Amino acid sequence: MEEALTPKQLLDMYYYMKLTRLVEERLQRLYRQGKIVGGLYRSLGQEGESVASAYALEEGDFLAVMIRNLGALFVRGVRPWEIFTQYMGKGTSPTRGKDNIVHFGSVERGLIPPISHLGDLIPVMAGIALASKMQRKRSVALTYIGDGGTSTGAFHEGLNFAAVLKLPLIVIAEDNGYAYSTPKHKQMAIENIADRAIGYGIFGETVDGNDVIAVYQATRRAIRRAREGLGPTLLEVKTFRMRGHAEHDDAWYVPRELLEYWQKRDPILRLETYLKEHGLADETTFEEITHRIEQEIEADLRYAEESPMPDPQIALEGVYAESPSVSESPSISRESEVKARS
Amino acid sequence: MPVLTYLEAIRQGLWEEMERDERVFLLGEDIGVYGGAFKVTEGFLERFGEERVIDTPISEAAIVGAAIGAALVGLRPVAEMQFIDFISIAFDQLTNFAAKCRYRWGAAVPIVVRGPCGGGVHGGPFHSQNVEAYFFHTPGLKIVEPATPYDAKGLIKAAIRDDDPVLYFEHKYLYRRIRGEVPEGDYIVPIGKADVKRPGRDVTILTYGWMLHKSLEAAEIIASEGIEVEVVDLRTLLPLDDETILSSVAKTGRAVIVHEDTRTGGIAGEIAMRINERIFEYLEAPVVRVTAPDTPIPFSPPLEEFFLPQVEEIVQAVRWVANY
Ligand SMILES: Cc1ncc(C[n+]2csc(CCOP(=O)(O)OP(=O)(O)O)c2C)c(N)n1
Ligand SMILES: [Mg+2]
Repeated sequence: MEEALTPKQLLDMYYYMKLTRLVEERLQRLYRQGKIVGGLYRSLGQEGESVASAYALEEGDFLAVMIRNLGALFVRGVRPWEIFTQYMGKGTSPTRGKDNIVHFGSVERGLIPPISHLGDLIPVMAGIALASKMQRKRSVALTYIGDGGTSTGAFHEGLNFAAVLKLPLIVIAEDNGYAYSTPKHKQMAIENIADRAIGYGIFGETVDGNDVIAVYQATRRAIRRAREGLGPTLLEVKTFRMRGHAEHDDAWYVPRELLEYWQKRDPILRLETYLKEHGLADETTFEEITHRIEQEIEADLRYAEESPMPDPQIALEGVYAESPSVSESPSISRESEVKARS
Repeated sequence: MPVLTYLEAIRQGLWEEMERDERVFLLGEDIGVYGGAFKVTEGFLERFGEERVIDTPISEAAIVGAAIGAALVGLRPVAEMQFIDFISIAFDQLTNFAAKCRYRWGAAVPIVVRGPCGGGVHGGPFHSQNVEAYFFHTPGLKIVEPATPYDAKGLIKAAIRDDDPVLYFEHKYLYRRIRGEVPEGDYIVPIGKADVKRPGRDVTILTYGWMLHKSLEAAEIIASEGIEVEVVDLRTLLPLDDETILSSVAKTGRAVIVHEDTRTGGIAGEIAMRINERIFEYLEAPVVRVTAPDTPIPFSPPLEEFFLPQVEEIVQAVRWVANY
């Protein structure tokens, strides 16, 4: 049984995909202007799978993104200013400058932030799913893993654990061809990541990751099974990383033909074609949405740029529920030093 | 003598060891075709081939575990962690397998696990850590962290030739910023030997890694006040070179220990204890430490700068012990 998408839902997804792309393009300009701190990880070409999978979730569900899932965050209510301030290390960022990129979230919002260590989110999201089951809730947990990330022990342990306990966990495995410079065939000796599902005794499925409707429907199927108590799904999306690992990397090791092949299958272009062919939208619709997004971005960016950098003292805060006194040498006091500096 | 960057010195040491001994091989993520995230192993694949420069899956436990296995049967693996932060995934292999083989059944595990450590480049909480303290507590491991190109080359060679597991920490802030004279050809910096990088009679600074350079700056500033600081570069953290540490502190009677790692459970505590136990009666002042505070390392530049020990704090600490 396929769940059909309404025209409104399709246009919603279009908005989030376009928002993702335009925010990242803006970030890229800021990166070149030296206005962001650290690296920039783009999700160019993968906006479709991120948006469609998160769009399949419902209220009360939990989401944990990896670096290429900016679109999923937008779907779940994150706004561009949060991203800009995170990338600029501003004091108004969700982490107040303590962490960067998409490394932020809150349990109330159903957003569990990743750590950099690949794979570690999967056991954690299995735990979220376990709690949902124990507390008799309907919520499911959804997270992502790259083709490279599937080589970690944590990926295996988390999936096996979730399988045995039949937990409502959905893992979206993103085969985007590469893990940094390493092509998929040096990461695993199989063609499809979803083939691993059989070894765990769970559902596995491979879909075209640049077809948002297919990703949405496959994720809905996985979520339905999860809510029915049928356990986890390993849902593989075939897509492609259209930029380097991060912006410092020009990806010279990726054959040009591969990029050309995937360029033709760009998820945003494909959705535009679909919408036009079905008489659901035309160029004016796309222009209006783009225009609206540009205005939203400008306002949020202005806020981010005008925001102050964090007060150094914040570095000492929030390690524990209650701040213990800081152990200082008798010769220096950071507390007094801050006062002296400010 | 040729002048190399810290990174080039590591590369040269690795290269020469691979030329010298065909049992030496490299394994890690993106180290072959790409030449490593920081380009330490650039050109190695072309020279030594795929069998000795192995691009692995993202599997730190398997990288270190496989290195241990290969070492047990006569090879000399050098494993790279793309960032040293990811060594936590191989913690079990290192602390329970590698470190205990010799003690339990007399087997040598001559592996080197190397990778970029440390802050200063706004890498955030997971790309900036110093992990020595986790392993400092593990008998059976050795830990080195060079601060100069000369030591970087000499220590990587010593690490590869050592018959025990050696963790070799490379400070990423120093990779391209520090240059120095490096002799061509073979030489060794022995593991377990500290080095006096600046002689002085009044106060001893004990330090390593990036903090050596900050300590030398501090020593220069304080010299203008007539305080002569001796700066000892530990170079090897496990085992500590008690002889050099204690003889310097016995001479000056005053010690400041400086490390970039956080405070509680850091290496400074152990060093201070050894000074206390062995040469207490030589001390003219309490031993103090300058370290990062007990928090994760934050990302944003003002926070990170505040977190990292600064030259001014070292100067203050030296002044304080000198005037005690
Ligand atoms: C355990 C671990 N080892 C190494 C890294 C360094 N690293 C960050 S991203 C990356 C490649 C990830 O590739 P993949 O999982 O395919 O995700 P993609 O970047 O393609 O989305 C590597 C090696 C890491 N973050 N975690
Ligand atoms: Mg990938």
